[in-house]
Amino acid sequence: MESLVGNIDLKESLKQHLEQQLSNASSYLKEISINSFDKFEKLGFPTIKNEDWKYTNFSTVLKNNFQLSNENSLTYEQLSKLLFSKLQGNILVVVNGIYRPEFSTILEKENTLQVRKINNLSKEFIEQHLSKTLAVSDAMTSLNTAFASQALILQIPKGKVVEHPVYLYFIASSDSNIFFHPRTIVVAEENSQIKLAEIHQKQGNHISFSNAFTDIYLDKDANVEYYKIQPDQEEHYHVGTTQVVHKEKSCFCGTTITLGGTIVRNNMNLILNSNHCDSTINGLYVGNNNQHIDNHSLVDHAMPNCLSNELYKGVLNGKSTGVFNGKIFVRQDAQKTNAFQSNKTILLSKDATMNTKPQLEIFADDVKCSHGATIGQLDDEPMFYLRSRGLSESSARMMLVSAFAQDIIEHIKLEPLKELMVTMLEETLIQN
Amino acid sequence: MLKINNLHAKVESKDILKGINLEVNPGEVHAIMGPNGSGKSTLASVLAGRADYEVTEGSVEFMGKELLEMSPEDRAREGIFLAFQYPVEIPGVSTTNFLKTALNEVRKYRGQDPIDAVSFLNLVKEKSKLVEIDPSLLKRSLNEGFSGGEKKRNEVFQMAMLEPKLALLDETDSGLDIDALRIVANGVNKLKNKDNAVIVVTHYQRLLDYIVPDFVHVLYNGKIVKSGTKELALELEEKGYDWIKNPVSA
Repeated sequence: MESLVGNIDLKESLKQHLEQQLSNASSYLKEISINSFDKFEKLGFPTIKNEDWKYTNFSTVLKNNFQLSNENSLTYEQLSKLLFSKLQGNILVVVNGIYRPEFSTILEKENTLQVRKINNLSKEFIEQHLSKTLAVSDAMTSLNTAFASQALILQIPKGKVVEHPVYLYFIASSDSNIFFHPRTIVVAEENSQIKLAEIHQKQGNHISFSNAFTDIYLDKDANVEYYKIQPDQEEHYHVGTTQVVHKEKSCFCGTTITLGGTIVRNNMNLILNSNHCDSTINGLYVGNNNQHIDNHSLVDHAMPNCLSNELYKGVLNGKSTGVFNGKIFVRQDAQKTNAFQSNKTILLSKDATMNTKPQLEIFADDVKCSHGATIGQLDDEPMFYLRSRGLSESSARMMLVSAFAQDIIEHIKLEPLKELMVTMLEETLIQN
Repeated sequence: MLKINNLHAKVESKDILKGINLEVNPGEVHAIMGPNGSGKSTLASVLAGRADYEVTEGSVEFMGKELLEMSPEDRAREGIFLAFQYPVEIPGVSTTNFLKTALNEVRKYRGQDPIDAVSFLNLVKEKSKLVEIDPSLLKRSLNEGFSGGEKKRNEVFQMAMLEPKLALLDETDSGLDIDALRIVANGVNKLKNKDNAVIVVTHYQRLLDYIVPDFVHVLYNGKIVKSGTKELALELEEKGYDWIKNPVSA
């Protein structure tokens, strides 16, 4: 078990593991990986001293021993229990960060949806799509990029419409605690369309820690509907970034649904780099027990006439903690920007905590921007109203909480996914 | 059916009800009138079980059971219905959706099987016709964007669906134009029978032209200071409330 390591030398072991992984990689991939790892080494794992990680602390879990290799004994039977039969379409399965074609089903034609591993791609492609994240000074991103030689690439050629939704399952599966780094790059070429749902699942009772990164590049007029689904899971730790880079007149709609996890940190970065881009991001988080759910978003308006709309809602019960940090930059050139942000949280117990921080920085003068954050309890008056009609206290509460969360679920345009989320939300709330 | 005995209640530290006595029998319509701040709405709220009020003295017996011991939902299941003065708006919850849950919880309490989807829809159809409410409203978020008249009609619709033994109409007439008032009153009258009872809380006599009371009580300063028949309401309309406030009268 060479890959089982303790915390003290976790960095050292990651480095050794990286060297093994890079033995067959092309020289340019190697270069990117090694540079990224150097950066990670300098930065170190984030601590609460870092402003961006003030409330979210992974230091305890990182003291565990982790398997770093992707080896696993996942059988098709075990896998099938983790796939949702309601969700029919292109099924892509990534186990411990590695794409597994033998578990995947692609309905689309090769000329509509290209699914490849990064090592089969040209130097030019890699430099264009991977080296950009090198500039990011975030340790977890750098660590992910270091392991990007295993990345999965989804490419939709110019003018193509991916007819069936793509369900991309990230499965954690191992006989011991596992730490892994899935990387996905989605390239939607000019005037193409795709509906993509990431679903994060785990198999087994060991600690799983995924450090995921998804790049989404939208070329001119491209349209991407994106979902990130995180069902309620025990002993599951997650840091995941979705980074969306827009070209002109492209349209992105992203929804993140987090129904649990021990410590979850989602970063959603929108880079509106051209004119007339349209971006919507919604999120729903439901926390219980000692769960910790952190959503960071960054909306960077660099060019004029773009729209961004952001709504995150949460329900926290037990001793759970929520974090929302929403940054919006409107740069000097980004005139006629419309940027809206709202965060609303309901606390169902007196021990639940929410930390919210909207952050607007506006350097242009002809813009429309708003932000707002509320944290509250369920209102007494609607509760009394429903109970005065005969509803028990618990079913009245359930009804009001579901209604509160509906706002986000309603925005799911993918009907089977919406139905699944309604059911999963109810199950999660009943358990709470 | 309902026996209120020396009921005292306060909100925060302010005494509002200071010894109410009232008996309501099946088949009766009682009107409770009085100036603003006399305690009319408080009485309705205390009976329905609103948490903001603290009962400090007295008792209320409903159908032979101690009402004040019960949760609001159990009062509803026993057959009490409060038509709200200000019906709340609840985004994301439709009238039909929550009423189906409500109806089934009431049925469960009474040992009945849940209502099936078809019977429920038929019931909605029948009752919405009775109270002249547009069924499409019932599928929308509860009261959200409804006009004043629509909200009050929705209250009477819910009453029709739940078939309470005792309905409390809390200033159901406030803010209604005459047509809406007539529709709401007609709905209530159609639901009236010899086995149920209605308490109408109102500031104005106008509603009582449509829902004709058997008894009229005047509430002032937390007490019923005068009781009579429907003629009392007319007298109040004519003279105002000032003569009631004056203890030397009558």
